[in-house]
Amino acid sequence: MSTQTLTKPMLKIEGLHAWYGESHVLHGIDLELAEGQLITLLGRNGAGRSTTLRSIMGMVDRREGSILINGEEFITKPAHRISPDARIGFCPEERGIFASLSVEENLMLPPTVGENGMSVEELFEMFPNLANVRKRMGTRLSGGEQQMLAIARILRTGARLLLLDEITEGLAPVIVKTLGRVIRDLKSRGYTIVLVEQNFRFAAPLADRHYVIEHGEVIDVIEAADVEASMDRLNHYLSV
Amino acid sequence: MDPMIRLILAQGMLGLNNGVFYAMLSLGLAVIFGLLNVVNFAHGALYMLGAFLALILYSNLGPWLGLDALHIGFWPALVLAPLMVAGFGMLIERFLLRRLYKLDPIYSLLLTFGITLVLQGVFINFFNASGTPYPGMPDSLKGVVNLGFMMFPKYRLFVIVFSIIVCFGTWFIIERTHIGARLRAGTENPELVKAFGINVPLMVMLTFGFGTGLAGLAGVLAAPIYSVSPLMGANLIIVIFAVVVIGGMGSILGAVVTGFSLGLIEGITKVFYAPASNTVIFLLMVIVLLVRPQGLFGKHG
Amino acid sequence: MTDIAEFEAETAPETMKRGRVVQGIMWALLIAAVLIAPALLYPVFAMQLLCFALFAVAFNLLIGFTGLLSFGHAAFFGGAAYIAGHVLKVWGFPPILGILTGTLFAAALGWLVGLLAIRRQGIYFAMITLALAQIVYFFALQMPFTGGEDGLQGIPRGYLLGMIDLSQPLNMYYFVAAVFLIGFAVIYRVVHSPFGQVLQAIRENEPRALSLGYNVDRFKLLAFVLSAGLAGLAGSTKALVFQFASLTDAHWQMSGEVILMTLLGGMGTIFGPVVGAVIVVALQHMLSGIGSWVQVVIGGTFIACVLLFRRGIVGEIARMLKVGGWL
Repeated sequence: MSTQTLTKPMLKIEGLHAWYGESHVLHGIDLELAEGQLITLLGRNGAGRSTTLRSIMGMVDRREGSILINGEEFITKPAHRISPDARIGFCPEERGIFASLSVEENLMLPPTVGENGMSVEELFEMFPNLANVRKRMGTRLSGGEQQMLAIARILRTGARLLLLDEITEGLAPVIVKTLGRVIRDLKSRGYTIVLVEQNFRFAAPLADRHYVIEHGEVIDVIEAADVEASMDRLNHYLSV
Repeated sequence: MDPMIRLILAQGMLGLNNGVFYAMLSLGLAVIFGLLNVVNFAHGALYMLGAFLALILYSNLGPWLGLDALHIGFWPALVLAPLMVAGFGMLIERFLLRRLYKLDPIYSLLLTFGITLVLQGVFINFFNASGTPYPGMPDSLKGVVNLGFMMFPKYRLFVIVFSIIVCFGTWFIIERTHIGARLRAGTENPELVKAFGINVPLMVMLTFGFGTGLAGLAGVLAAPIYSVSPLMGANLIIVIFAVVVIGGMGSILGAVVTGFSLGLIEGITKVFYAPASNTVIFLLMVIVLLVRPQGLFGKHG
Repeated sequence: MTDIAEFEAETAPETMKRGRVVQGIMWALLIAAVLIAPALLYPVFAMQLLCFALFAVAFNLLIGFTGLLSFGHAAFFGGAAYIAGHVLKVWGFPPILGILTGTLFAAALGWLVGLLAIRRQGIYFAMITLALAQIVYFFALQMPFTGGEDGLQGIPRGYLLGMIDLSQPLNMYYFVAAVFLIGFAVIYRVVHSPFGQVLQAIRENEPRALSLGYNVDRFKLLAFVLSAGLAGLAGSTKALVFQFASLTDAHWQMSGEVILMTLLGGMGTIFGPVVGAVIVVALQHMLSGIGSWVQVVIGGTFIACVLLFRRGIVGEIARMLKVGGWL
């Protein structure tokens, strides 16, 4: 494995184990990324990519190992302190839009975690579709609108580290393209991003590095520059 | 006015007066159930506790402290007693209920049933089991108002209006405010709400406190109407369960509307066949179960 | 609720063998205790124990083996007591026929209540049974034949099969003992029949039982009727023993007590409810001097059981002896 050591990792995970009830789902994940970088977690369904994000957020029954964010240890923090103290924004699988809340209420739900969060106006500028449906209930949005809302919701909080889980899943190609533009824009604004992605063609041009996860472990790390040379390996990992 | 209509209106008003308590208690039960998935059997006992606290503040606290002239009256009790009940509720949540969230909800039902028996037993020991009248009704609410079709006690009218305001206020907080949005989100997906940085365990404790506080408030309102007795809550909670089965626990407005309407129906039943007034709510529950098992406002079966 | 490791341990051959032995010992102890009880206890008290033990065992068929919490079992217990009392006293039925009438009434009532209650699941089921039982309570309070607040008094014990005088305490006792053992054996057979296996499958995982093609509602209803009927058997017998039926028998607090007996002894165990019933009834007897503090003790026991002791006494013993499922 060829992990280059970063000078200033924003997120550094070492030997992360996680459990749901009695079942042991992560078996020692190691990964790191520097401020402003974007990494992807690749792998098959059930490999442990989403669980890795959920473990960072404290959404598993038990976790062990080390999660350093800006040098601070988060492994023992209670779940509700993680997002504010680490300035994380989390966009869960299946978007996590609350059905009984309106678009505006969904947007305003997560508490502010830092300065320089985007204003509601800025967000509606970034996602013009949302501006027209701001009073609508969460259930009555299209998949694309829900996904944009889920991203907008965490950008408002002032989070600097974004954990995005399967944001292109089930969306039309035109919306996927829009999301690609949004992510590139966010990266250029200096956000640090972890992307769990099924759609490699979406992820490849955005990422600095790819982590391949299988059976709850990182089995390969591929730098963006090496992707061309590693296509066979990647195809093998991702083939169903 | 036709005497029959007059009688129906009069009984309807009295029924509405009972409906106040159905509405406030089923509302609290629904708020708690939404977030905690707990059916609080002790809700009736906490209503009884509210009534007793009002009584104690007026009649007993002074003598206990050796200050015979001390009578803490209705208005302060209307604030203090619900807060005390809410505090007690929060202790129950923090130290007892919280241990049971990962288990089948029947365990929290049984736990709160146990709490009911304890509270009831304690008050039967220290107070008259058959009831004590509450002497602290404020002078400003004594007397009657002419409603055109009947002379209605001023206090009861106050209770109806006041509780409608409380129920509407609760609905407003939950459905229209930022705090309410957090509560609704917590009801849907507490894990994600926690991951957004909201202290869900604290929110759960406060919500339980709020729901039980509503029960305490209903108890204070009931004290001047019914005699304050250790068993006043036990019989009521069973009716409330029927109300909740009829309305479904999914909706705040549903709980309130069902509560008031059933009080009204119960009152009017008295006009036509008095012995059935005890059971009419249960019989309506049977009909609802046959026709619409998920309840009038329930979303799914 | 049992995890896989526990299940494997339970079905291992040496466990099976130990389980059979321990269960055999329990059966022997139970029968011996039933037979010699009148030598150690007042017969009326011993009969009270047996009636409540049968009530709890019947209740456990639902909560322990089907996973349904009925909060209205007093309706069957008390309702049957009134009906049995009425036919014995007013219609002059002989004892066995009187008890059977009460039992059948409870089963029929159970069919009605069950039919309504199984339309909702989980916690709603409990609330519905509680509310429906309250209707029965109001009937007991208001119907002309029940004696209202005073209860139905002066039920004659009569002659068993026309010759054995049941007013003799020992005759009555052994008759009640026979009723109890028959009821207990019926529950035991039901639990260990294919029918009982389906009930337990429903308790463990209702959607799965449904997807296996079982008509879950029918099974639940049948279990409910059986449980209600046997609770009625217990109630009718109690009416004959004490020669009266009272509102207490039909009150929601009685529904709570039978839950406590089962919980304390061990839900889903065969012998647990008997142990729980004996403890709760004995406790009430011993504490009868302290008035309503009994209620506080009962409530406190409830809280303690739910928080600390959810397996119950027999459940804990079974776990220690590693014979889960055999007691």
